Order: sequence, then C-alpha cells, then structure tokens
Amino acid sequence: MAVVEVRISLPYKGMDPTEIAEKIKEKFPDEVVDVTNFRDQVSVIVKKDRIVDICRYLHNDPLLLFDHLQDLCGVDYHGKKDPRFEVVYNLYSIRHHHKIRVRAQVPENDPNIRTVTSIWAGANWHERECFDMFGIVFKGHPDLRRILLPEDWEGYPLRKDYPLKGPEPEKDWHGFIEVLNRSKELKEFEWEE
Amino acid sequence: MEQVEKIFETRELNVNMGPQHPATHGVLRLVLDMDGETIARVTPYIGYLHRGIEKLGESLSYFQALPLTDRMDYVSSMSNNIGYVVAVEKLFGIEAPERAKFIRTIVGEMSRISNHLLWLATHALDIGAMTVFLYCFREREWILELFEMICGARLTVTYPRVGGVRNDVPQEFLDSLYQFTEEFPSRILEYETLIDQNRIWLKRTVGIGVISAEEAVNWGLTGPTLRGSGVPYDVRKHAPYDAYDKVDFEVPIGTEGDTYDRYRCRMLEMRQSNKIIRQCIEKLPPGPVMADAPKFTLQPKDKMMPITHPTQEHAFFIVEKACKGCGMCLRACPAKAIFGEKKKPHTIKQELCLGCATCYVTCKFKAMTIVPGGKGLSDEKLAELAATPLPEEIAKASEYLVKHFEFIRRGPKVPDGEIYVATEVPKGELGFYFVSDGTGKPYRMRVRAPSFVHAGVLPRLSVGHLVADVIAVIGTIDIVLGECDR
Repeated sequence: MAVVEVRISLPYKGMDPTEIAEKIKEKFPDEVVDVTNFRDQVSVIVKKDRIVDICRYLHNDPLLLFDHLQDLCGVDYHGKKDPRFEVVYNLYSIRHHHKIRVRAQVPENDPNIRTVTSIWAGANWHERECFDMFGIVFKGHPDLRRILLPEDWEGYPLRKDYPLKGPEPEKDWHGFIEVLNRSKELKEFEWEE
Repeated sequence: MEQVEKIFETRELNVNMGPQHPATHGVLRLVLDMDGETIARVTPYIGYLHRGIEKLGESLSYFQALPLTDRMDYVSSMSNNIGYVVAVEKLFGIEAPERAKFIRTIVGEMSRISNHLLWLATHALDIGAMTVFLYCFREREWILELFEMICGARLTVTYPRVGGVRNDVPQEFLDSLYQFTEEFPSRILEYETLIDQNRIWLKRTVGIGVISAEEAVNWGLTGPTLRGSGVPYDVRKHAPYDAYDKVDFEVPIGTEGDTYDRYRCRMLEMRQSNKIIRQCIEKLPPGPVMADAPKFTLQPKDKMMPITHPTQEHAFFIVEKACKGCGMCLRACPAKAIFGEKKKPHTIKQELCLGCATCYVTCKFKAMTIVPGGKGLSDEKLAELAATPLPEEIAKASEYLVKHFEFIRRGPKVPDGEIYVATEVPKGELGFYFVSDGTGKPYRMRVRAPSFVHAGVLPRLSVGHLVADVIAVIGTIDIVLGECDR
C-alpha cells in the first residue's frame, strides 16, 4: 500500500535491433525469409510453422527477454504479395529496452497459425480480433470467437476485397434488417405534422 | 401435522451487467456467473461501439484520418491526436519545430490531468463518494475552457497537426494555465483529504483486483494500470517523443498491484503532469509551430490569400485559343457558371461566377486566367485584359494554389515501409501501426488501444470478488469503450 516515485535512468538503449534479427537468423536459419529495416525499426519475416518456438525463444532467452507484447495484428496484402496474409507481432522488452517486429506469413487458402496465448496471455483478445477481421484461425486458442462484430456476421471486414460501405442492403446482417423493419412498423405511431 | 420435505439445491446464477449500465463507462456488457454473491466467471462482450475506424483510415489520406482519432478515446482526445501525428511524422521522416513540440507536450499533459480527473470522479462515484465527483468536474471545466481557447472545441479538439500544431497559443492561455498549475496541487490535496484515509474507500479498494508485476506484463497492461503493480514502464521515458526528454519528471509506481495502489499512482501522476506543464511553460521557445516541409505538411492558407479571399474582386476568364473543351472545369464548377460543348472552347457566365478558383486549379491547359480587378467587366474587356501578364504577387499565389490543390487531391508521397510508434496516453500505451505502399493513404492502419487490452484482463481481475467489487475493478482499469471498440 505504498506508492513510490522512481526516476528511470535514461537514455538506456538495449540491443541493436539488427543484432536481434541476426540472433533469430542464427537460431532458426530455415524459418527466416527476410529482414527489413525502415526508420530504425527492424522486422523479421518468418514462416508460420514454428512461430510458437520463435516467440518462446524471444520471450525466454535471458539476453532478449521480450516480455511485453505491444501489439498483434493482421495485414492483408491482397494481390500484392504471396502468401496473402501476415500476422505482425510487435515486441518490446521492458527489462532490456529493445524492440523487434516479427511478421509471420499466412497463405490465403486455409489461413491458420499457432496461437501464442501460452506465452503472452494478452495475445488472447488480439488474436480474437485478428480472427474477427481477417478470418485467420489461431490453432489452439482457448476461446476463438468473434469479438467486435456480432457472432453470426458474414465476411471479414478488414480484408481488402471487403467493400468499404459494408454488405449490400438486402444481404446486411439480420439484426440490422430487423431494426429497420421495426422502425418502419413504428412509423405509424409518430406525430403527424 | 404433515411434514413437508423440501430439497434445497444451489446453482450458479447468471447476471447480465450492461450494455446500458451507468458504472460500465460506456456500452460494456458483462455476463457474470455467480456462486452466491461471489463471482465465478466473467465474460465481457464488447463491440457495441465498433465503427471500423481502421477500415475508414485506410480509405482516407493521412490528414483526413486525424479527426477519427478524436472519436476513439473521447475523454482524452488530445492525447490520441498527438499519438497519431507523432506516428505519421515518424513515417514521413519529418520533425515538428521545437515550439510545437513543447505545446504538444503541454496540451498532452493537460489532457492527462483532465482524463485522470474524470476517472477519479466516476471511480469515486461508482464506489460511493459523491463529493469528489463535483470537485473534480470543477477543475476539469477549467482545462476544457483552456482547450476551447486554443482551438474552439472542448472535447473533440483535433488541435495537433502532422508537422506541428494548428495555431500558436495565445499569451492569455499560457497565463491562465500557469495560474492553474499554481492552484492545482492544493486541489489534489482536497480530493485526497476526502478519500485517501477514508475507511469506506480503503475497504472498497485495498486488496481488490490484485495482479502481480509478472502477470501484469504478461497480460500486456500498460499505463498506470501496469505501474500500480510496480513495473516502471512509461513510454514517455522509454521512447521519448515530443519534449519529454527535455523536462524533468518522475514515474510513480505502486507495490501491491491492487485498486488502491493504482488510485495512488494516478494521483501522483497528476502532480507530475502539473510539474511538466510548468516546466514547459517556463522553457517554451519562440519560433514557428509548423514544420517547413511542403511535401508532407499542409501549409498556412494565407499564402493563397491574394486569390481566394472573398474581398478580392478578380474575374476568371477562359482564353479561347488554349481551351481544348475537355469539360473538366464545367464539371468542377460549384455554381454551374461555365457553359460550352465538348471539344469547343467554353465560356464563363460572369454573373453566376463566385470567384472560388475551382476551375482555375482544375484546368490542365492553362486556359483559365485571372484578371485582377476584373469583376463586372464585359467579356471583350476581359479578353483584352487577360492578354497582359499577371502581377508578381498573384502569379506566385496562383502557382501555390494549384500545387496545394494537387497535394490535397493526391496526398503526400510517402516512402514504402511500415512503422509502429507508441505514445503514452492517460490510459496506457497507444500504438499506431502503419503499412505504407507509397500512396497518400495508409495501406493498413492499426490502432493498439489500451482500453481494449485492459478490458481483456477484466475476467482475471474480478474472479473471486463480490459483485460490488466488479464496479471497482471496471473503474480501476480506466477503460473507455469508444477506444476499446474503435
């Protein structure tokens, strides 16, 4: 029940991100596809099959210790890249103050990838959102349901081939159509002008 | 007498809390499975406020998506704006001038104080301390009035811009704010006298919703919710943006990781914010508030004033020789003052012309000319005047106007790449992840909302407590559903 104020000594930079990328390459030579660097942010593009092993290594290795999963999201490269999807993990080490981005490639037909909820508990809802928006199935996820959209929604909105304005009026979500019909029914009770 | 034998059995009770519930701070629905009055399981349902901001952001240019970020966390919209512009600036590779950075730090911290005040007010109200609510809103009002002074809006401000801020702050604003920082510490003391040692407050918060440091990090918690557990993670210190590396402040952390520690952390954080604002006002350097990067930022409008100002009495005239009859101006004219057939020279009906210069910027063949002071003249006279070269001032402004038009239409040319930039908003770490494909719109815009992550930890925090404690737990993680659902 005591709160203290601490002075975080900075600047204290952790390992260089390119070094971390080298380490991942060394440890998993067959998995790493590419390493990109943009504005001092390094991303390691990997195959999806051993993603849990890679994440566990990044989380547990005493020199890396990526304990904070900043963000997990999907990206749809429809017609731009093959494989079509990517799942992006933005990692940060609160202990060592360094960061890295891991991008796992996921193919278009039967998009699935292993879950990382066993490593970071916080990945749970991020993965549900990714499933909701892109239709990427996270194998082994404890509770993979839609999260932001209704459970019986059709389609995956953040895919690039999904229309911006949503589905056609007659094909809209049944709950919305019910609301519209109900408002039509109630129109007769409105005040007359 | 007949003996009636009854069989008593116990079963779990399901209670629906929300979506319309005053203590859930928005439209959060919780399904509580209860064993007696003890919570056995909590299932949150979110998404009632989902507006598809990420999808919308992909259809708008980098400048147009800025007002959307106001609508995420509407309690601290200024911080959201700053998070967005800092991320976009990093993607563009430009830097805001010093003065703009300091101003953004000031308004960011003001927004932190106003957010924490609202949090304290509602959190205390939920637990049963009514007086705090009224006191907090008194100070919050002051801050909102200051926001109104610099940008005209109280809640959805859209004051920061990519490359700086919208306009410079007036001296009146700085004076009033400085007075606020002088009075505010005593006001915090007032709140603390009310609840800090209050027995009911202690009973309701100490030992409620405890989470250990390791677990809190593992769940991805950030901001005061994480620091209450004793993890000194603050993006302002770990990856300083704006002017945070030039000011001196401490990061309060708790020890127990319960509701009371998180409450203390936020109270101390308000004092630190107050300190930061004071330092920034004292150090505020002179200079411009917008970056000089014409390829990436919107420049001030007064460069185009010689043409677009309503008091200018210009006429626009189509030079017959140059006009190819493409019909671009005809379609673009808002007043429908241009007439003509396809592939034949068009004409402007001067009586209908508004002088808005839309046709001037759409014309690709330079057939459209400006005739200074030509309003009300006949077509023959205009044709005569159109042949003379333009004055230098207007020629410059017209060139600028055309460039500006092209810039707005196409958006800035952004290098290919991807970027994740986190900023410390009052609720935690707000991250923006952009994937750019070289056009003026983001290919993918991802928002990492702290409220979303914090709502996910609700089941973990409230299991084993009583129903009334769920209210305290919802308050302590400080969520806003607009940001949670996006």
